[in-house]
Amino acid sequence: MASPTIPISPVKLTTKDFKSDQEVRWCPGCGDYAILAAVQQFMPELNIARENTVFVSGIGCSSRFPYYMNTYGMHSIHGRAPAIATGLSASRPDLSVWVVTGDGDALSIGGNHLIHALRRNVNLKILLFNNRIYGLTKGQYSPTSEIGKITKSTPAGSADSPFNPLSLALGAEATFVARTIDSDRKHLQSVLRAAAEHEGSAFVEIYQNCNIFNDGAFELIKDPGTRDDHLIRLEQGQPITFGPEGKFSVVHPEGGFGLEVREGGQALVHDATIDDPAYAFALSRLSGSDLSTTPIGVFRSVERPSYDEIVQKQLQDAKAQVTGTPDEMLSDLLGAGDTWTIV
Amino acid sequence: MTEVDGSAHPTKLVEQLDRVVIRFAGDSGDGMQLTGDRFTSETAQLGNDISTLPNFPAEIRAPAGTLPGVSSFQVHFADYDILTPGDAPNVLVAMNPAALKANLSDLPSGADIIVNTDEFTKRNLAKVGYAVSPLEDGSLEGFVVHPVALTSMTIGALAELNIAKKDAERAKNMFALGLLSWMYSRPFESTLRFLERKFVKRPDLVAANKAAFQAGWNFGETTEDFSVRYEVKPAKMRPGTYRNITGNAALALGLVAAAVRSKLPMFLGAYPITPASDILHELSKHKRFGITTMQAEDEIAAIGAALGASYGGAIGVTTTSGPGVALKGETISLAIALELPLVIVDVQRAGPSTGMPTKTEQADLNMALYGRHGEAPLVVIAPKSPSDCFHAALEAARIALTYRTPVILLSDNYVANGSEPWLLPEVADLPDLSVDFATEPNAEGGRFLPYLRDPETLARPWAIPGTPGLEHRIGGLEKADKTGDISYDPANHEFMVRIRAERIESIPVPDVEVEDPDDDSRVLVLGWGSTYGPIGAACRALRQRGLPIAQAHLRHLNPLPANLGEVLKSYDKVVIPEMNLGQLAHVIRAKYLVDAIPFNQVSGLPFTAATLENMLEDVVKNG
Repeated sequence: MASPTIPISPVKLTTKDFKSDQEVRWCPGCGDYAILAAVQQFMPELNIARENTVFVSGIGCSSRFPYYMNTYGMHSIHGRAPAIATGLSASRPDLSVWVVTGDGDALSIGGNHLIHALRRNVNLKILLFNNRIYGLTKGQYSPTSEIGKITKSTPAGSADSPFNPLSLALGAEATFVARTIDSDRKHLQSVLRAAAEHEGSAFVEIYQNCNIFNDGAFELIKDPGTRDDHLIRLEQGQPITFGPEGKFSVVHPEGGFGLEVREGGQALVHDATIDDPAYAFALSRLSGSDLSTTPIGVFRSVERPSYDEIVQKQLQDAKAQVTGTPDEMLSDLLGAGDTWTIV
Repeated sequence: MTEVDGSAHPTKLVEQLDRVVIRFAGDSGDGMQLTGDRFTSETAQLGNDISTLPNFPAEIRAPAGTLPGVSSFQVHFADYDILTPGDAPNVLVAMNPAALKANLSDLPSGADIIVNTDEFTKRNLAKVGYAVSPLEDGSLEGFVVHPVALTSMTIGALAELNIAKKDAERAKNMFALGLLSWMYSRPFESTLRFLERKFVKRPDLVAANKAAFQAGWNFGETTEDFSVRYEVKPAKMRPGTYRNITGNAALALGLVAAAVRSKLPMFLGAYPITPASDILHELSKHKRFGITTMQAEDEIAAIGAALGASYGGAIGVTTTSGPGVALKGETISLAIALELPLVIVDVQRAGPSTGMPTKTEQADLNMALYGRHGEAPLVVIAPKSPSDCFHAALEAARIALTYRTPVILLSDNYVANGSEPWLLPEVADLPDLSVDFATEPNAEGGRFLPYLRDPETLARPWAIPGTPGLEHRIGGLEKADKTGDISYDPANHEFMVRIRAERIESIPVPDVEVEDPDDDSRVLVLGWGSTYGPIGAACRALRQRGLPIAQAHLRHLNPLPANLGEVLKSYDKVVIPEMNLGQLAHVIRAKYLVDAIPFNQVSGLPFTAATLENMLEDVVKNG
């Protein structure tokens, strides 16, 4: 585990240890079940003391997540989980703090807190379940819905251009940015593993199917018949190719700013540790609403001191200067400056 | 190095006064706040009782020489204990025509006016609409005008110091301070030390400012325009060590004291806002006490981070003003549902909306009491004076920690920026705020019930992450009694709403005390928060004239003191002066069925004692 400040579990934990006694109440067939199962199965691997793990969420279907994890948890208010988790994480370096959020929670009402948590590099693992729809309020378009989307609140089609969540996170210079898919447990867990090992903010977008209000939104990259032509699996140190026999390559055209998909050509070798976020940003631009070329995996993973670390160091440095008991220090502070005595 | 010669000139008359009110007024860039602050400090050293009131525009630098750019600082000092910064200045120092024009209407006839004649140029006069200089048209008859060429004399005094003209000009406030220090026989050593500290990296400016101060002092000593020098003897004050302190500084220190006395880390989440930012600035300097300060991206994040820290076992604090509290409402409701400690400081300013950010008002009481969705009760406390902010902050933290509840502390711009002498408390006498975190399961079979209440305080256990065996989930959804599980059960919701109300209502708060030295008053004046000073001064004035009146002042606005109803009913008339349109009066009328008489002022300025005295006299005499 990355953070040396977080205590390890004295006993070997199992999947069962992370299941709470609460009945899971998502709609049958919801992608959230798969993510929950993958997380519960993955958590013991981290070997973190269960009581030092905290899940904080906002509002929305995904935000029920903490109730089902047998750790500490807070189901907070709409959009504010990153802010609440920031205060918790910055003041408690011994905790592993996870934020579970959705596309509406993180990108609409809570957009400000998300980008500020990322730019500060707070030591949070942020899992954004993106289903491109408002589920809990029964089917309005979300900030990741494609333009023209017809929903209950947009009978003539949405006029809004969607966010690309990874581009947004990279614009905020997030130090760890990844994407995965609810139904691919192996990939999901590999991304969670990398996120957990990252010191600082780790932002993970998880494509998640809402089978009630937006069913099949990611079918193009899930269906075994079509996915290989559209899904780009990023692997550190490997050329970025996809399609039958790797016939498509991601290339950097000379003189261009961005990346392109070409048949053949010199495939770029993926390196998530490139410090300049421009590279990962260019990768993030390959995927649009239509999902026709969609990278998954770790886009960016760079080292930068976390907010928590800086805050804690300032506290420690200040405390190192201390002489006397707290009461004595307080007494000195109260009597600082110009005083006078009446006898 | 210039040394000030402070020996009294034998030829000048010395007159004793019991009290003086001086107002320093000038352009925002003239350093009037600093000048007033230094004069106050000198006066405090002398042992006078003091009360100060700064008054400045929201604009950092409004166009120079204009009326909106005028900044002033009023200091009231006396040889007895005083309660307000004074209604009307005896002396106005006007650094330019705008300062004169903006303040003239506050002066009683006979007041002294010291004007900086150098600034009374045609151009500056025109800027504020004077066709003819008021120094020449006879309009200042009835005042004692002292024309002083402050700027040019300052420049002249610094001629030998090889100082840039701009820097020399800027020292003119020290000339004014020197003159006033001479006039009122103030000790000046602390000012000289202050200048050495302030300009530690610029010895040239130390010398320049000291020379300007000396020149002002000498000018008073030699000019015939000032024939009298005044003395105000020290006040009789309780023995002990004092410092002069503003409300914001005292509030910050109260929070530091809460951290020390609870032995808990403190986490302040704040977003800059006038007039609360000083508390953030002050607390950011005290990391050695385990205090973390975070300047958040917005007001909502500020309280969110504070609440997150409280969840983790810190004292979460957020400091703001009215617009910020409006934004924090949803998170305050969450804190009420989570039943975690949280201190929310609202340094009130004139609203609605942006209103007048540097002016005072008490109009957030309704918001503090009621401004949330659902039945969302919490504790509301208000300090009554600048130094009382220390004790009020400590009390807010004590209640938040003991009863696991958000507490709103309603300060306001008047107490926040005003100052008065503060008798330093003994740290050992401050309350012990230690808390016990939950460490063990509290139910059969090793179960932990996060909403099982302490029968005495009705508080739930504070089980912080990191505690083995107590893993649990909390949230904003309605919780089942004891288990904290999500519940939509009608009877449970009814129970939970009522217990949340009961647990706040049953918090013990001290009885309200009535000050009624004559013991036969039929009229009670009830106040809360920063109106304590002017109400007290008005009551004293009435009593001195033989008119009995009783005064009671509320620190605890929710829950209210248990004896309040009885107190109110024992008077024929209850008058409630407030700097709003009757918000406390409304509560009192509704809760106690007492026909309280509201008296309201919403000018952005504190009540003057005279205003209240006139109003109360009418009630006492005419019923």
